[in-house]
Amino acid sequence: MTEHAVAINGASMVFNPGSVGQLEALRDIDLDIAAGDFVSLIGPSGCGKSTLLRLIANLLSPTAGDVLVNGKSAAQARVDQDYGMAFQQSGLFDWRSVRKNIELPLELKGWDKKRRAERSAEMLELVQLSEFGDHRPWELSGGMQQRIAIARALASHPPLLLMDEPFGALDEMTREHMQSELLRICAAADTTVVFVTHSIPEAVYLSNRVVVMSPRPGQITDVIDVDLGAARDDDTREDETFYKKITEVREALRGAELGDTARGVDDR
Amino acid sequence: MIRQAARRSALFVVALAAVAATWELYKVVGPETGGEVFGWAILPKSNDRVMPHTWEMIAEFFDPETRGTPLVWQAVLGYAWFTFRLAWFGLFVGTVVGVGLAILMARFRVVERGLLPYVIASQTVPLIALAPQIATIAGNWGLPRWAWVSILGAFLAFFPISIAMLKGLSSAPAASVELMDSYAASWWTTLVKLRLPASMGYLVPGMKLAATASVIGVIVSEISTGLAGGIGRATLQYAAKATSEPAQVYTALIGAGALGLLLYGFVVAMEFALMRNRPQEATG
Amino acid sequence: MRRAPSLLAIWPPLVFGVVFLAVWETIVAVYDIKKFLLPAPTAIASAFADNLENVWEAVLVTGANALVGFVLGVLLGIAVSFVLMRFSVLNELTTPLAVAINAVPIVIIVPVLNNMYPAGSQVPRRVMVVLIVFFVVLVNVAKGLRQVSGTHMELMRSYAASPREILVKTRIPNAIPYLFTAMKIAAPLSVITAFVAEYFGGTQTGLGSAITSNASTSKNDVMWAYVLGACLLGLSFYVASIWLEKATTRQHRRNPAMT
Repeated sequence: MTEHAVAINGASMVFNPGSVGQLEALRDIDLDIAAGDFVSLIGPSGCGKSTLLRLIANLLSPTAGDVLVNGKSAAQARVDQDYGMAFQQSGLFDWRSVRKNIELPLELKGWDKKRRAERSAEMLELVQLSEFGDHRPWELSGGMQQRIAIARALASHPPLLLMDEPFGALDEMTREHMQSELLRICAAADTTVVFVTHSIPEAVYLSNRVVVMSPRPGQITDVIDVDLGAARDDDTREDETFYKKITEVREALRGAELGDTARGVDDR
Repeated sequence: MIRQAARRSALFVVALAAVAATWELYKVVGPETGGEVFGWAILPKSNDRVMPHTWEMIAEFFDPETRGTPLVWQAVLGYAWFTFRLAWFGLFVGTVVGVGLAILMARFRVVERGLLPYVIASQTVPLIALAPQIATIAGNWGLPRWAWVSILGAFLAFFPISIAMLKGLSSAPAASVELMDSYAASWWTTLVKLRLPASMGYLVPGMKLAATASVIGVIVSEISTGLAGGIGRATLQYAAKATSEPAQVYTALIGAGALGLLLYGFVVAMEFALMRNRPQEATG
Repeated sequence: MRRAPSLLAIWPPLVFGVVFLAVWETIVAVYDIKKFLLPAPTAIASAFADNLENVWEAVLVTGANALVGFVLGVLLGIAVSFVLMRFSVLNELTTPLAVAINAVPIVIIVPVLNNMYPAGSQVPRRVMVVLIVFFVVLVNVAKGLRQVSGTHMELMRSYAASPREILVKTRIPNAIPYLFTAMKIAAPLSVITAFVAEYFGGTQTGLGSAITSNASTSKNDVMWAYVLGACLLGLSFYVASIWLEKATTRQHRRNPAMT
């Protein structure tokens, strides 16, 4: 039996338990993610998708249930650096060159200089920014910075990539371009991806499974399989299946809100 | 809000207590006649004449200033109040002139480009050096001595206020300025309705700097012009009495500190009154 | 690379400066203002040239006090900011103290310092400068060490980085711009403090003392020569601090610590 890349069992997350500001962010989450999956978490504000991502990353610990990553506890997976993470802000270090930013996780893993240089060159090649290795992050556009952030996240070739709305700050055209880039990079690196987003088309375009969540308390209401094939490109965006799946996800989201006005989910 | 202020005051008292404790500790372990570290005479003397105990400083407040005269606390209060009034007036004048110059600079770009470098440069040089010259001019105009001293306070206060106010006047968001333009508002109307309110957040930190500058300007001028009645002269006089009344100079220091805090508190109160209805901004 | 400001950009201050000096010179000449009242710029210039050696000596005294105080204050400030970062509870104690130091005319403790040290010592003035510079550096560097962006912290935690790794790879580089901001504020401040401290007694060397003695004998033109020296000293410290920042940081972008 192959291990799941991520296995979440009955996980709940309550902030400030027992006090006035108590917040039940997640209740009873069960989710299995197979190796090679591209899973999107989508839902309105407050549905707990970012919290769930942070449970997988072991940046938070669940108040109930458990989270297994690569067959180990999430805590162990973090120590072993079994995943790479990308945030909405690229989080690149201003005082390091682009190349050195990519090498950061490798330094922390204790790799020697030569090996680090080889790997960072390889990653720059992968994201097609080889000429910018010695530039400073602020000299790059927003999209380019995010590509570097992704290169950094994948630098140690982790089996799992966690992304928290990495394209949220980009304009629509750059966003679509980055989505295609991401698919190409992940296919080349054969990574499992968990991707948090506000955008329905983005979720459908990128994933083979879309996890729909609802707020108060955060729960999974639906998991929708998306069969657009492995080789997705710009033409895919005009496919009929694409539109059908978008509608399916949208309706699942509407159903999840049970009459609440939809907040924070884009139809773009 | 009140709880936060109470907490901060309590921490301040604890910090003062820690300073007092360090003082006493040094008195215990430090060399009586001063000492050297690696051949440099950098350790201060710790004998009772030069470093009285902290409680002796407090006790000194209730002694007569000299034989048969009012008590120290009354004398120091008088000196501190004298200096405070001059510093307050200096701050007031400095603020008015500073705001005026800032408005002038905001209105006429040429003035800004021409004067601003000098105003900024003024913050990097010891302006107090001009004190005797200003005193001479003021004296020649027949102004009383206290006025020269206050003018010097105003002189030191006015530069940080100009810089802060200019920054504040330019801080109105471009979108808001465009809005006023769309109402065909005159430059003056835009100033009064938009730029001045927008600049309050910058004026207040500028006034905090200016308040301290005014106090120091007044104190130093008192000393250099020999104006009697203020805390500056009093401190030097008390310091000269180190052998007979060692703790007295410290009472003057406490008085000077109190008057500085009072003026600073005045600016904080102003800030509270002006900014009450605005979202809390993170101050640097 | 930034181009040097063109003549077009710097003409307003130049014009204002020249006009100011010309008006000054004219007023003194027209109203026949005596030297002891207000000397003309030309008189000041010649007094400066005549007394160059004396002015230079005074500049060295005040400048040395400022420099020693500045360097020690910066080093101490950096050292203690690390302590503050390690024991964050101390932060709460030092903040009110730093605010109070800024609010009171702290220079007034110099007479007491003068009593604490042998006569003729420059140490009281240097201690004063150290005290003021220390707090400026402390407040800023402590902020830089503490205020690391949330994204950076999450990133480092996702790498299971140790506190020491976080310190070396994130906090310290983050704090460097804050250090330079503090130094740019503290450098001219150290000259001003060293200068003002001379007014509170102590040995009669240095720019402040020279100005006072010349003023009291109504030798205003000579006094102005020392005033000019003091201004040049202050400006040079300021320029040096800016140059120091430019020389050590290869980044040519806006300092994030300066808002």
